[in-house]
Amino acid sequence: MTTKIYIPRDSSAIGMGADSVAKQVLSVSDSLNKDVEVVRNGSRGLVWMEPLLEVETESGRKGFANVAVDDVEGLVKSDFTEAGSRDKSVGLVEEVPYLKNQERLCFARNGITNPTSIEDYIEYGGFRGLNSALDLDGKSIVDIVTDSGLRGRGGAAFPTGIKWNTVLNCQADQKYIVCNADEGDSGTFSDRMTMEGDPFALIEGMTIAAFAVDATKGYLYLRSEYPHAEEVFSDALRVARDKGYLGKDIRGSRRSFDIELRRAAGAYICGEETSLLESLEGKRGLVRAKPPLPAISGLFGQPTVVNNVITFSSVPFILANGASAYKNYGMGRSTGTLPIQLAGNIKHGGLVEKAFGVTLNELLYDFGGGSASGKPIRTVQIGGPLGAYIPEKDFNLKLDYETFAAAGAMIGHGGIVVFDETVNMASMARFAMEFCAIESCGKCTPCRIGSTRGMETIDKIISGENRTANAELIETLCDTMLHGSLCALGGMIPFPVLSAIKHFPEDFCLESHAAMATA
Amino acid sequence: MSTTVWRDLGTPESPSENFVELLVDGVPVSVPEGTSVLRAASEAGLSIPKLCATESLEAFGSCRLCLVEIEGRRGYPASCTTPAESGMVVRTQTDKLAKIRREVMELYISDHPLDCLTCSANGDCELQDMAGVVGLRDVRYGMSGENHLEAKKDESNPYFTFDASKCIVCSRCVRACEETQGTFALTIDGRGFGSTVSAGMKESFLESECVSCGACVSACPTATLMEKSVIEQGVPERSVKTTCAYCGVGCSFKAEVKGNDVVRMVPDADGKANRGHSCVKGRFAFGYATHKDRITKPMIRNKITDPWKEVSWEEAVSYAASQFKKIQKKYGKSAVGGITSSRCTNEETYLVQKLIRAAFGNNNVDTCARVCHSPTGYGLKTTMGESAGTQDFDSVMHTDVAIVIGANPTDGHPVFASRLKKRLRQGAKLIVVDPRKIDLVDGPHVKASHHLKLMPGTNVAIVNSLAHVIYTEKLHDIEFIKERCDSNEFDKWVSFIGQDRNSPEELESVTGVPAADLREAARLYANCKNGAIYYGLGVTEHSQGSTMVLGIANLAMLTGNLGRTGVGVNPLRGQNNVQGACDMGSFPHELPGYRHLSDSVTRELFEREWNVSISPEPGFRIPNMLDAAHSDEFMGIYVQGEDIAQSDPNTQHVTSALEAMECVVVQDIFLNETAKYAHVILPGASFLEKDGTFTNAERRISRIRKVMEPLAGKADWEATVMLSNALGYPMDYTHPSQIMDEIARLTPTFTGVSYEKLDEGSIQWPCNDEAPDGTPIMHTSEFVIGKGRFVITEYVPTSERTTRKFPLILTTGRILSQYNVGAQTRRTENVAWHDEDRLEIHPSDAELRGVKTDDWVGIRSRAGETVLRAYVTDRVQPGVVYTTFHFPESGANVITTDNSDWATNCPEFKVTAVQVEPVTQPTEWQKQFQQFNEQQLDLLAQATESERV
Repeated sequence: MTTKIYIPRDSSAIGMGADSVAKQVLSVSDSLNKDVEVVRNGSRGLVWMEPLLEVETESGRKGFANVAVDDVEGLVKSDFTEAGSRDKSVGLVEEVPYLKNQERLCFARNGITNPTSIEDYIEYGGFRGLNSALDLDGKSIVDIVTDSGLRGRGGAAFPTGIKWNTVLNCQADQKYIVCNADEGDSGTFSDRMTMEGDPFALIEGMTIAAFAVDATKGYLYLRSEYPHAEEVFSDALRVARDKGYLGKDIRGSRRSFDIELRRAAGAYICGEETSLLESLEGKRGLVRAKPPLPAISGLFGQPTVVNNVITFSSVPFILANGASAYKNYGMGRSTGTLPIQLAGNIKHGGLVEKAFGVTLNELLYDFGGGSASGKPIRTVQIGGPLGAYIPEKDFNLKLDYETFAAAGAMIGHGGIVVFDETVNMASMARFAMEFCAIESCGKCTPCRIGSTRGMETIDKIISGENRTANAELIETLCDTMLHGSLCALGGMIPFPVLSAIKHFPEDFCLESHAAMATA
Repeated sequence: MSTTVWRDLGTPESPSENFVELLVDGVPVSVPEGTSVLRAASEAGLSIPKLCATESLEAFGSCRLCLVEIEGRRGYPASCTTPAESGMVVRTQTDKLAKIRREVMELYISDHPLDCLTCSANGDCELQDMAGVVGLRDVRYGMSGENHLEAKKDESNPYFTFDASKCIVCSRCVRACEETQGTFALTIDGRGFGSTVSAGMKESFLESECVSCGACVSACPTATLMEKSVIEQGVPERSVKTTCAYCGVGCSFKAEVKGNDVVRMVPDADGKANRGHSCVKGRFAFGYATHKDRITKPMIRNKITDPWKEVSWEEAVSYAASQFKKIQKKYGKSAVGGITSSRCTNEETYLVQKLIRAAFGNNNVDTCARVCHSPTGYGLKTTMGESAGTQDFDSVMHTDVAIVIGANPTDGHPVFASRLKKRLRQGAKLIVVDPRKIDLVDGPHVKASHHLKLMPGTNVAIVNSLAHVIYTEKLHDIEFIKERCDSNEFDKWVSFIGQDRNSPEELESVTGVPAADLREAARLYANCKNGAIYYGLGVTEHSQGSTMVLGIANLAMLTGNLGRTGVGVNPLRGQNNVQGACDMGSFPHELPGYRHLSDSVTRELFEREWNVSISPEPGFRIPNMLDAAHSDEFMGIYVQGEDIAQSDPNTQHVTSALEAMECVVVQDIFLNETAKYAHVILPGASFLEKDGTFTNAERRISRIRKVMEPLAGKADWEATVMLSNALGYPMDYTHPSQIMDEIARLTPTFTGVSYEKLDEGSIQWPCNDEAPDGTPIMHTSEFVIGKGRFVITEYVPTSERTTRKFPLILTTGRILSQYNVGAQTRRTENVAWHDEDRLEIHPSDAELRGVKTDDWVGIRSRAGETVLRAYVTDRVQPGVVYTTFHFPESGANVITTDNSDWATNCPEFKVTAVQVEPVTQPTEWQKQFQQFNEQQLDLLAQATESERV
């Protein structure tokens, strides 16, 4: 009997040697005359376990964590049982608490299926959303999405249904669906995992969006540093076209939609939706002023839905199971689930999809297992490089857009970067300004010049030059950038800076700075 | 640099007819929908600080000085990018806004040199102004941080400097290059703090694709892009509104003056022809006006081999008058004549023809339109009743399909080209009919839908087949034809055009244009809402030039593309006042206003006003004058501001005729080629030295105004007055306005024109009781002749054909930086772009002859031979060679033939059969030219030497 082995083709697994392990499994099985089939699945998101090799058994898929090439021979010889596992067995993967305690709607298939197998996709519930959408008119689809309360997962958390409705109501010869896959926030990887592990979910979500607003052309603007995602997603596009899920007359619906994959320009700012559109049009990634909203005048001046990967891949569940099934998850106006990414100095880094309402403490300790270094966690930055630093006292915050906003923080794309007590927050504040200086598109003055001046001024504070005056100047500068910048890059970089000063004045050799209340 | 800060409303006007009402700082404002809050505030008389916003460019939103507060909205939106909405309550001045603006300015200044007092823009700098407005007092960041203060200057452009250390990266220059000029030569390189303005791929401005139109310089709010003249001479003290003296676009400019010197020419934002734009010639190439070669003293001599003698105006004029009288006595009344100038004013042109008709007593007057747009006058008058284009330039902004035939607007009429390109970028379609791949065929963000690359000389075959397709495919505008055109003429025309021999398939072998492509082009034009035709000398300078103009008019009538905005037949006039010179009665058979001499009522009108009898017999055209000179029938000529020895065909024929004459009087600002054959030189005055009017290609009459005193003491009209008085016909004008008043009295299309009225702004004729404000669009309800006339346009191939001996067709054209015979532009820094005429030859023709780029090649025609350097390029098609004609030593007209238009004698400059071969030395003609030129310059030098003694 053939033994079915799963070794992820996700970048995090490949980075830890998954390709060599897979090769070794085949080669050893061959030489030992073992009948072994290797499936390159997506990642389960238990990233600290990668490469996580799984074997199909009668009782379910059993896993072996952190498998190295020289572990392979023992595993093959023992027919992938604990005996040959050098204590790397994790038992039934589905029973691993990290996974078991999640609420996986978006990531329901990730790690289970062969990402480019449309049969796998369908077997595990794929295209059920699309099938319902096929029976609906655009307005009904939009209404369901609106009713679900789904909000943009790229960071801005704008209600998806409202955006789609704007595009639906625009009269135009051509409308576009644009997927923002220029995932550039620090500590984030859920977009990548989706494209590498469950690309059809994204295709399905984009197609539903296209049917909803009457668009016929879609673009995936893919981060240029994601070669594996490009490979998997390109394959998936080909398969979807071959099977009639993209192209003309999709599934006999007489509706057409296709997606073109475009490799991004390699700049953080191109993840900002208007810069992204400029870049897609072949221009420099320069932020556009709004209005006009992209929904009304977006790509090539046409009405355009621009959404993040996770927003789109959340849609199939909603269409398949109804708005209320989704709305039942979450709290307040933050409905549904969020794929949270644990990164930085964390013991169990990986992807945790949970309904809104989970606390930071649960995420950091119950799931994350504390810091990787074993030292106390001092702070986390959530929402990428523009997110505020949250001190330990606020780790009881519930993950909810409004709760976070009230605390001067943001959820963003759901990436959590963990720092232990050795972190120097003055250098983190400087890094924020430095990041902004490097990534600024250069269009608006506060961001273009302010970020460089911010960096220099923090340096002065660090070196003790007119510390109080320069701290005031930083506060002033942050206020100018916050209110004066054209887009969120310059407008939000004050959050990490001010939160660092506010919560950790000692790192700046400052007395607790009352004026920092604006942070 | 901009001097118009005080009236810059910040963002463009919105075309909407729906108005929205809002409250800005408590002031109620009503503005068209789509107007920015910034502009609404400006219109309410409020002023919001701004740097990146300027009225001529779309809002950009980068400087963040114009932030405002809007009730019910979060944050501080930029007023330039926020459209005004009904019910909006806007606050432009609050403590918070003041703080943000001051702090943004503090950031700007932290990366800007603190050298205001010694800066060339001191007092004329928006950054300086805004720093004052926001009350910046301190730069708390210090000046020691990272900065661009040491950035290098780019001084490669001869006219302006790019000083990157002063750049605030507002992108106004980049946007002006894109939006206003449409060249896309500039970009921002790098990002963030490292963002810098870059010409092309980090090239210098001169090496880049920059066409030096000056739009970036005008747009720059600081001293970053600055005219070198301002850097050297300082900020101007006063400005005088005037009109450019180069091409027929007729751009309005402000001549900015310091003392008696023009410091710079700034395109006038209110200019209706140019809408604030300019090209390298009008904007920068005015230095010729004070060039050392200017002739500033009247001179006379007996023979052309004698040295010149500087004399008083009186002596020169009386000598000329006595010579003319002597000739008339000896050879007859009609043995003298004159040529008016398309470079001079309407008033001056009018006076010269008046002098000829009244003082000479004959009608031997002609003008340089003879060699350019005479077929336009004939063709448009015959079909529609008026010898002029039908539209204003603004019309192009409503065009859906433009056909450009035999014109190269980006070089010849650059400011119009920029507007056309803007319209094309908005989605209008373009059809180019030209043997050569002109820039419009495939440029940045502009691409012709069809390039009908015809063989030179086959225009009429093309226009006939376009009409054939439209008629036979029933795409014509039956309603328009029924209502507006003469049905008998149409029926006759139909029986001609419908014949198979006019089909594109039949004519493909003649024109070289694939029939399918031509059919598509015809359909595109016929099916669009607004189709407009623009054409140039590639239409007129043919043996069938007039036929082609008739064919173009037929095409426009056939499709109903006349009589409204966005459509029309639009000749792109070559010279600043070629329209005016024609209007002013410069032709031997017509009195001012295109009224034939045989019309006794009109003649009597002039006779009464002028108090002379006017001969009803048409006089000589230029070619007739030259022919007659060879047979002693035409022995004296008064040439005002024209250079027939360079511009007219068959140079040898022209110069031998001039040599045969007994008195050649040339009035010009330089010793031009014709003046080298003259006996009297009356120094001319440049357009900066006199008052008057020019009429551009859209019939727009614009004032030119005296900016400085004439170098030789007299404006051209004053010299004509003197000459007329010396000839015994009294003239007593003391100001050109009196001449215009006389024109208005005598010309029905000008009755409403006066200097008083022109001071309010330019006017398009007809301007009379029926159209007191002028006529932007002609033939709106009916044609000037009533019903439009279709005219049969049989294609007759030119007799100038290729043979084994002359296997290539030479055609000619112009280049952006040089102007016509080059007398002006060759005496400016424009030679940095083009310092010699080259022969463009296709790679296959070049290879066949062993010719490489830069090789000297001989070009031999049936008429003569010249030598140029070759430029191998596939812009020309195989079998066709091309050159410009800006340098006299090129001898382009040594090879052109005597062929001319059957109706108007316009020379067939555009088709000459030639052979091209590699050579090692100049031709005999060029050697003689060189020798003669040196001799004449020596004779001129002797004149000034004798004065010193």
